[in-house]
Amino acid sequence: MENFYKDNPGLKFHLQHPLMEKIIRLKENNFADKDKYDYAFQDFEDALDSYDKVLEIVGEICAETIGPNAEAVDQEGPKLINNEVVYAPGTKENHETLTKAGLIGMSLPREYGGLNFAMVPYVMAAELVSRADAGFANIWGLQDCAETLHEFASDELKKEFLPRFNKGATAAMDLTEPDAGSDLQAVQLKATFDEQKQQWYLNGVKRFITNGDADISLVLARTEPGTSDGRGLSLFVYDRKDKALTVRRIENKLGIKGSPTCELVFKNAPAKLVGQRKMGLIKYVMSLMNSARLGVGAQSVGIAEAAYREALKYAHEREQFGKPIIGYPAVYEMLSVMRAKIDATRSLLYETARYVDVYKAYSFIQEERKLEPEERKDAKHHTRVSDALTPLLKLFASEYCNEIASDALQVHGGTGYMKDFPVERLFRDARITNIYEGTSQLQVVAAIRAVGNGTYLNLIREYEQNHVKPEFEYLQHNLKELTDLYEKMANQVLEGKNNELLDFHARRLVEMAGYIIMGYLLLQDTHKDEEYRKSTEIFIRKAHTECASRAEFIKSFDEDKLGTYKISWE
Amino acid sequence: MSFKIVVLAKQVPDTRNVGKDAMKADGTVNRGALPAIFNPEDLQALEQALMVKDQVEDAEIIILTMGPPRAVEIIREALYRGATSGYLITDRKFAGSDTLATSYTLALAVKKIQPHLVIAGRQAIDGDTAQVGPQIAQKLGIPQVTYTEQILDVNLDELKIRRRLERGVEVVKCKTPLLITVHSSAAECRPRNAKLLMKYKHARSVSELQEESKDYTEMMTNKPYLRLEEWSVADLGADEEALGLSGSPTKVKKIENVVLAKKESVNLTTEDKDIDYLMKELIDSHVIG
Repeated sequence: MENFYKDNPGLKFHLQHPLMEKIIRLKENNFADKDKYDYAFQDFEDALDSYDKVLEIVGEICAETIGPNAEAVDQEGPKLINNEVVYAPGTKENHETLTKAGLIGMSLPREYGGLNFAMVPYVMAAELVSRADAGFANIWGLQDCAETLHEFASDELKKEFLPRFNKGATAAMDLTEPDAGSDLQAVQLKATFDEQKQQWYLNGVKRFITNGDADISLVLARTEPGTSDGRGLSLFVYDRKDKALTVRRIENKLGIKGSPTCELVFKNAPAKLVGQRKMGLIKYVMSLMNSARLGVGAQSVGIAEAAYREALKYAHEREQFGKPIIGYPAVYEMLSVMRAKIDATRSLLYETARYVDVYKAYSFIQEERKLEPEERKDAKHHTRVSDALTPLLKLFASEYCNEIASDALQVHGGTGYMKDFPVERLFRDARITNIYEGTSQLQVVAAIRAVGNGTYLNLIREYEQNHVKPEFEYLQHNLKELTDLYEKMANQVLEGKNNELLDFHARRLVEMAGYIIMGYLLLQDTHKDEEYRKSTEIFIRKAHTECASRAEFIKSFDEDKLGTYKISWE
Repeated sequence: MSFKIVVLAKQVPDTRNVGKDAMKADGTVNRGALPAIFNPEDLQALEQALMVKDQVEDAEIIILTMGPPRAVEIIREALYRGATSGYLITDRKFAGSDTLATSYTLALAVKKIQPHLVIAGRQAIDGDTAQVGPQIAQKLGIPQVTYTEQILDVNLDELKIRRRLERGVEVVKCKTPLLITVHSSAAECRPRNAKLLMKYKHARSVSELQEESKDYTEMMTNKPYLRLEEWSVADLGADEEALGLSGSPTKVKKIENVVLAKKESVNLTTEDKDIDYLMKELIDSHVIG
């Protein structure tokens, strides 16, 4: 039997990271559930073994069911019948299989029927599902909404909604509207409170809503009449059973065609307030978006892995000029650079997931008891680094995903442009990753803060302290040089105190930091496992030229030249 | 009263992806070279049982598997998918059993449990005889429904079953207790469930517990469902003459490797010349005549 987990040793490698012991201890609250649930972990080894075995189930379902269904799902897509979204038969089968396997609500606590999995194994599952079918990964991945309810909703709401996830309930997060895309502060959908019935009602339109006709929807709505910014928005949960929603249409998209993207009209739809009024966007949706960005990171790595494997296979089989094309430098360089990019972003993905795990675990512990000063400090550090790494991950993983899918198609030559091979679907699916959950341009806006406040630099200096084997010292030396260059360039731009210039160079600076961070992560991986040696060398060589070209640009640029780039439109 | 279902399952070498070293020089199966798996149609039999359990309140699924101690893996795999319990029938004296001796042994085990329904796969991919299920029904004196594709309806007294036959389907009703064998066109088995896997991954047979380096005493006391029982010849009260090699009249005369010479299929029409061609081919290859 094929298995996407077992055929990819990179996942198990990251699952065995030394920090997992700390993460599991925090997440399991010192194994408090041990005797309460027959499937709870007894100790650290037991937990890690369970993660591994459950991921084997995920890997098998991905390889045997979801992957084989992907082509038909892409062709058939969901349909709108009598105001209901009807999934393609393959999508339905995928969802039922994962439900039977108990893989919905993976990170929810056991008291709500979940598996209480840490983010690391949950994100691994997301990567696996995405490799099998990126469109379906959205439907499955929206179980993130359960996490948001768990974090912010009242106990009453939690009891009502959370146990439904493990039984197969689907979810949606209804945020964007025709005039509120990147700018969610402009959300107009109205929520009004009926004093007599003591009930909130929603009225308005939502657009581009993934899985819009889900069983459980989180809806961002304006509760404060007369306001026009994010502080007037609150978060609601809407239950499909109330049938107060019209699906106006399903969008016809370039890729991820199995995932229904809907336009919705709420008409006096009863809904329940999640958490506190006015905190909808500024707190809850920000948290939801961070999870979603981590999810897109996983999705990007999954698509990239699938595309790389298709290209590698084809390059072996395809012969031109008397030999397989993989024998030509132009082709093998493409493939090895693809491999290096995947290893680098996967390493960044699980590094980010580990930081998120630690800070989330602390935030739940905090609900039960006061944190010790040491713990508070640790929690703060992990929150700060999570916030810095998440947009960096989303930026690099999604951009690389596009590059890799495009290169994979290129390796196929003319055949790749035809519908005969899976690579064309991967190419189309990849294209959304650097758009949704915040475009790459918006990830830079979030990430540039970590350039300004030194979070990236501190993290890099921390990595610098790690021991490397003598034969890799030259790589470490190389990264140190790049760090000095990055620091110099960041200071130069920041000291200019010109916001427009900072925005103009922001991507260059964020990317320099990203190259160095991923270079260090790969160096650490190589220290543990020589399998990563080639990727590390290739990636750091690439980091060197990429950073140098960005620095060259920044050095030779002064603010007067901004005008050259400004385009007027009449 | 709970509805008791026995599922008969066999651990077999995976003969679907046979490599070069799959057969030994003497023509017998090289079990070492092939991974041991849950016989595919037995897994489909388990799914039929699980679907009954989904419908009938208070149904119980008991897995019976006969084989060497390592076959206990089959019971764990079934528990991960929703079976209630299982017994491993293992004893050196069972070694060398043909279908007659096997069905004698399994019939004794089924009798101990007294189920309403026995479900087995049609055949195992190592022997392909399809004899064991029917022989057990015969020995127990209960009706049998072979080639089951789906159990359509079930209650304590009667089952409605769709059979997949060569030229169509047949729907039959049959009183309990009965034995059914499941055809490969039946539903595939559901996946392992994450919670059940985490619950049962420490399940150990009595032989395994003796060999474990880790101390399982406390765990087995707290969670008795993790102890998987084994049944020996003595437990079944079997007649040793009817077991293993002495109870197996089947003697293998010769085994040969068949290498198919022609790779492509030939399309024939109903014209006389094509029928002539076919007859000649069949006579030449000693299929007829």
